[in-house]
Amino acid sequence: MQASGLTARELYCRRGERLLFAGVDLRLAHGGALRVIGPNGSGKTSLLRMLAGLLAPWPTGGPPGTVEWQGSVALLDDRLALDAAMPLEQALRFWADLDEVGADALAGNCARLVLTDLLDVPVRYLSAGQKKRAALARLLGQGAGNWLLDEPLNGLDAQGIALVEGVIAEHRTGGGTCVVATHQPIDLPGAAVLDLGAMSPAV
Amino acid sequence: MRRAAWAILRRDLSAMLRGGAVLPIVFFLAVAMLFPLSVGPAPALLARTGGGVIWVAAVLAAILPVPSLIAPDLEAGCFDQWALRGLSEEAIVTLRLAAHWLSFAPALMLASLPAGALLGLDGVMLGRVELSLALGTPGLAALGVTVAAVTAGVRGGAALAGLLVIPLAVPVLIFGAGSLAPGGASGLALTAAASLVLCALAPFAGGAAVRGGRA
Repeated sequence: MQASGLTARELYCRRGERLLFAGVDLRLAHGGALRVIGPNGSGKTSLLRMLAGLLAPWPTGGPPGTVEWQGSVALLDDRLALDAAMPLEQALRFWADLDEVGADALAGNCARLVLTDLLDVPVRYLSAGQKKRAALARLLGQGAGNWLLDEPLNGLDAQGIALVEGVIAEHRTGGGTCVVATHQPIDLPGAAVLDLGAMSPAV
Repeated sequence: MRRAAWAILRRDLSAMLRGGAVLPIVFFLAVAMLFPLSVGPAPALLARTGGGVIWVAAVLAAILPVPSLIAPDLEAGCFDQWALRGLSEEAIVTLRLAAHWLSFAPALMLASLPAGALLGLDGVMLGRVELSLALGTPGLAALGVTVAAVTAGVRGGAALAGLLVIPLAVPVLIFGAGSLAPGGASGLALTAAASLVLCALAPFAGGAAVRGGRA
């Protein structure tokens, strides 16, 4: 298993004129999970993108915000990053090549997420739930120690939700960490909760 | 790293070839075919202007794929996924530049042979045209990728991209078409120089544009 762990300090996020969150401190260790909740527009996605290093923390003039990871980081959001025109298998194959995942491991991940029957279907014909599972297969292949999941349950049926919860539990049992931003109920045993709606300084 | 670069180049190239790489070539040949029809088939006139017409057609053909070079991958979140894997935007844009050039320039140079025949160019002139295209198309590809990156997140970026490439392509066009005149060797050197500068700048300008579009 890869190294995992997160230490983030003094994260501020400002979008336009609004301060979305201020002074967020996070710490996750081996197997830890954090559930980020809050109403729409409270900055859940921005926090995840900030943790992913895709968005710089807002400079406040005080101590600069920092995000430090042990091990690699994988992100799942509403954008698939799979070629819409390609059959699912080929689209996943591209990322598997980048992540140096063998054909067997890729097939195993697809079977785990009940995608085996869909492998020759072009990505654009998949339903919302199927696309979410496909993106999760890409995430599994990355083999990262830390997961950032933005609304991982969107579009999934009850079976799909159980599947995702199972995959997350497995990842944590293996020592991985997980940050989940969702407004839906999700079974994350022992997860810390960060409510961005409650900490929004001035709305 | 080399493995990743190879995988990305292969994917980019196959996506471009599948996504209508034939269209710019058909467009290019159509211009070469329409020109003699509109100005008349006088051999002297065609021989004098033919090389320039091929160059104008080449510039326009290079613009066609620009809207699909960066924007779709940016919207699909591919650039975010590459960033998380430690692949810099500069590296991705460099590979995109190579794939874009490979997807249109060799075919364009091949299509210049029938186009040259339609315009009544002799063998010497055709040789010069091919040489100047070989030196100038990397510059056109670099411009295309840079402008594609800058306009990727912008509403109506596709139309803007075409408008932006045309004035920026003027130096390459002037040097490239200028090199076709007798004693145009200095034109060839300038075409190559313009291409080199554009290819050297494109990864940094394009990479910065992609990163800047994230905030």
